[in-house]
Amino acid sequence: MSATLWFVIRRTLQVIPVVLAIAALNFLLLHLAPGDAADIIAAQSGGASAEFTAELRRSFGLDLPLYQQFFVYIGRLLTFDLGFSNVQHRPVFDLIAERVPATLLLMVVSIGFALLIGVALGIISAMRHRSWVDSVVSVIALLVYATPQFWLGLMLIVLFSIMFGTLPSGGMMTIATDMSVWERAVDIGRHLILPSITLALFYVAVYARLMRASMLEIYTFDFVTTARAKGLSETRVGLVHAASNALLPVITLAGVQVGHLLGGSILIETVFGWPGLGRLVFDALLQRDLNLLLGILFISSIVVVLANLAVDLLYGFLDPRIVHQ
Amino acid sequence: MKSFLHFWRRFRRNRAALVALFVLLAITLIAIVGPYVYTVDPFEMMGRASTPPSKRFWLGTDVSGRDVLAGLIHGARVSLLIGVAASLCATLVGLIVGAVAGYYGRAVDNILMRCTDFFLTIPSFVFAVVLIAIFRPSVTNVTIAIGIVSWPPVARLVRAEFIAQREREYVLAARALGMSDIEIMIRQILPNALPPVIVVSSLLVATAILTESGLSFLGLSDPNVISWGYMIGVGRTVLRLAWWMPAIPGIAILVTVLCINLVGEGLNDALNPRVQRR
Repeated sequence: MSATLWFVIRRTLQVIPVVLAIAALNFLLLHLAPGDAADIIAAQSGGASAEFTAELRRSFGLDLPLYQQFFVYIGRLLTFDLGFSNVQHRPVFDLIAERVPATLLLMVVSIGFALLIGVALGIISAMRHRSWVDSVVSVIALLVYATPQFWLGLMLIVLFSIMFGTLPSGGMMTIATDMSVWERAVDIGRHLILPSITLALFYVAVYARLMRASMLEIYTFDFVTTARAKGLSETRVGLVHAASNALLPVITLAGVQVGHLLGGSILIETVFGWPGLGRLVFDALLQRDLNLLLGILFISSIVVVLANLAVDLLYGFLDPRIVHQ
Repeated sequence: MKSFLHFWRRFRRNRAALVALFVLLAITLIAIVGPYVYTVDPFEMMGRASTPPSKRFWLGTDVSGRDVLAGLIHGARVSLLIGVAASLCATLVGLIVGAVAGYYGRAVDNILMRCTDFFLTIPSFVFAVVLIAIFRPSVTNVTIAIGIVSWPPVARLVRAEFIAQREREYVLAARALGMSDIEIMIRQILPNALPPVIVVSSLLVATAILTESGLSFLGLSDPNVISWGYMIGVGRTVLRLAWWMPAIPGIAILVTVLCINLVGEGLNDALNPRVQRR
């Protein structure tokens, strides 16, 4: 157990330098951006004098040497202070915090859906290697890889909301106050179907291909031959022996792709008017709210770091060899 | 010439890749000479707004009465240009970082790979959005931003290749002959490490085109040139009335990216014959 504990501690401590580097990158970008907070406030006050702007700069600590400003910046980050949105007149952290749940919901549902369907298709393709099922899955994967996700979302809206009228085309819930908790959940679920399918489809293809390749590799191992020699059914060999071992690379990839998923989610949220981080990015772009954009970049990078940490720890438990390396 | 014929014979065996290559060449041809043959300004109001495809406007008009076909032709230029340039950018950075890390190993490798892992951590699309928002959208900035967010996988691949090659006899021989490190890296190891890199950077072109379309859909495209993603963004506003308007440029992206991926697979079959595809 102590080896496991060491593994957990070591891996968790590795997060610190990465977070510092992310902070440094954000700090750098903040300084590359034209105009600082003092300029913006001076501009908003309308025709501020040079002395006034300089005074503002002093009060914000913007006249300090860069490395001192960086320490101040880190200190503020430690208290969850990501700066102030001068457009929405609210702290950036608050703006982001209220959007995170919607994005997480969309991401978790999508990745769950993608893993479920992708892994299932991968197993079927590998067990029926070179059959028509295998070919159909491969062709669909090729098409999905080439499709812009946001465009697919638009086309699904055309199909299911406009032509068939079966599903809502956007938003997260119907505007109504007299709904029970259950009705509300069903309502959100209905709104979730199109965006999560749109977001998930790409990953369904990715996981199906990877699971298939991984299973086919496992099939060449000796223990599979042994299992077959013992007289186990092909279904049992495939599902129990091969699939459970082939799952590890898929899980790793799912962890690594959290950042990619977040990027996709931004576009999908814009398409479906889903009230998450993606919509916030879109609004921030329209209003040229750089503080807010940088805050979103920072938080989403942290989310990726934490997701990678979680997957690595999970991996340590699934494959005990890693702990002892 | 002989090695090219050899390569071509191998490439030709993959029928899908062969067809894709011809479609891709056709799209490239349209992108290059199209604007001279079909001389309609994609930004000019030509007719009534949002008309469906007709004899006069083969692909209809958009919300401002601009010719969709003209937009499609001009958009091909931007998509292919940014796709190829961004991929070259990423490949160049990835080659340099990966080669230095893999060849020198130890501390250099450690530092460079930590950097690479760090860039892999930053969500690439969000990073690109922020970069372009800060530096303003222009064709050059969009290309550089996509390049900046896409080099890490190339660096990792190149590093692995260099590590596999650096202890080989021919490298030791080159060193014994007194070749400098740079010479060994570029003239000796690089040609041997290149085939898988070519495959990855051809696939990067596809990813870059998809990224560019997403960025311009969000409004982060050069305002002076028309792009496919921008056209989808414009068409989106009238989705209920004219679904074909966003559908058409999307199909153009799909076909182009599909062909690039297929050609990439063909390149893989032809260049890395030892790697059996299953």
